[in-house]
Amino acid sequence: MDNNQIKEIIAKRVAKELKDGDVVNLGIGLPTLVANYIPENMDITLQSENGFVGIGPAAEAGKEDKDLINAGGAAVTINSGGAFFDSVTSFGIIRGGHVNATVLGALQVDEKGNLANWMIPGKLVPGMGGAMDLVTGAKKVIVAMTHTAKGKPKIFKECNIPLTAVGAVDLIVTEMGVIEVTDRGLVLTEIGPDVTVEEVKAATEADLIISENLKKMQL
Amino acid sequence: MNKLISMSEAIDHIKDGMTIMVGGFLGVGSPHGIIEALVQKGVKDLTLIVNDTCYPDYGVGKLIVNKQVKKVITSHIGTNKETGRQMKEGEIEVVLVPQGTLAERIRAGGAGLGGILTRTGVGTLVEEGKRKIEIDGKEYLLELPLRADIALIGGSEVDRKGNVYYYKSTRNFNTSMATAADIVIVEAEELVEVGEIDPNNVMTPSIFVDYIVGGEK
Repeated sequence: MDNNQIKEIIAKRVAKELKDGDVVNLGIGLPTLVANYIPENMDITLQSENGFVGIGPAAEAGKEDKDLINAGGAAVTINSGGAFFDSVTSFGIIRGGHVNATVLGALQVDEKGNLANWMIPGKLVPGMGGAMDLVTGAKKVIVAMTHTAKGKPKIFKECNIPLTAVGAVDLIVTEMGVIEVTDRGLVLTEIGPDVTVEEVKAATEADLIISENLKKMQL
Repeated sequence: MNKLISMSEAIDHIKDGMTIMVGGFLGVGSPHGIIEALVQKGVKDLTLIVNDTCYPDYGVGKLIVNKQVKKVITSHIGTNKETGRQMKEGEIEVVLVPQGTLAERIRAGGAGLGGILTRTGVGTLVEEGKRKIEIDGKEYLLELPLRADIALIGGSEVDRKGNVYYYKSTRNFNTSMATAADIVIVEAEELVEVGEIDPNNVMTPSIFVDYIVGGEK
């Protein structure tokens, strides 16, 4: 599988988690692709942390509006029925439980649902932006990421870099499967195309509980 | 009272060592003319309160590259490698604050509040050195208010009295920062007469604004 196929699988599967009427925040990068797979008959309102709801498609070349970007700085559009607001309101929406689901990437996730995605000490310190508020305030936190990074696991027994939030993650979606964070630990509920359970286990540092109802990933 | 001043008069208010807030999100909604004038004048040792340090060649990012900032309080520096480099070399102090907490701390600074309580950051590096307060069995961090000597605001339409209307996603931190500084300077993209902005649409009431620059659209 090439990188684009991997991203497509993950984004398609995450889109299935969204429900009609949901307010959803999609992180930068892979999570943004989820928007491409939301069924047309489903009413999903996408929130942009820089201050609006109703994110529309990317702006056409030559039609970019200097006053309208998404949180990643890309020129986007706003759908009819959308609304602009300031950062205080934006984070009131995020922190106040008005976002049904947030989808974001991770450097590491662990079996307690801890998430790390804002710094690697001594190497990379981009800052947390809105991520800490999102994972703290959103009703459902979905991590959408490749299962490994350069062949090394990203799902750990315990994260070893600074956390974004404690126990916040509900669901992990990778190209290898769908993993639910439960009180018992990480439960593999769906398995990705062309992989075996053994392969998923080998690519995961944390222990995986294999669901009795393990299914093929629904795409 | 005439609030309209020249760019050089505006810049005269900003002195070495001051704390300044600058509105904008990755440069959208930032007062770019004032930033450029600050770069030209070379005011230094600034403490900057901004959502992000923008890009090296754009917005407040230029102040960082020009080494005019000794400390920055911000939520994100990832789009400006120079901020990261200066941080590594110990040339700049970077205080990273979750974006929602930054917004609320600024709001608190402008609203006369002694602080705000948030769950964001509990159990992370962000909680270090902060008081934790338990309410209804949940732990919150006490986050203290932020204020500045000067707030630099980017307004889309500004009337001569100082009422501001922001287009689209330019509002971001501008509205809260306009309440949280001793002196508030708005750079108008378009300057209009009093009455041209419907009072229903005013997003920053003129009472918060001390000076207006720009508007030569």
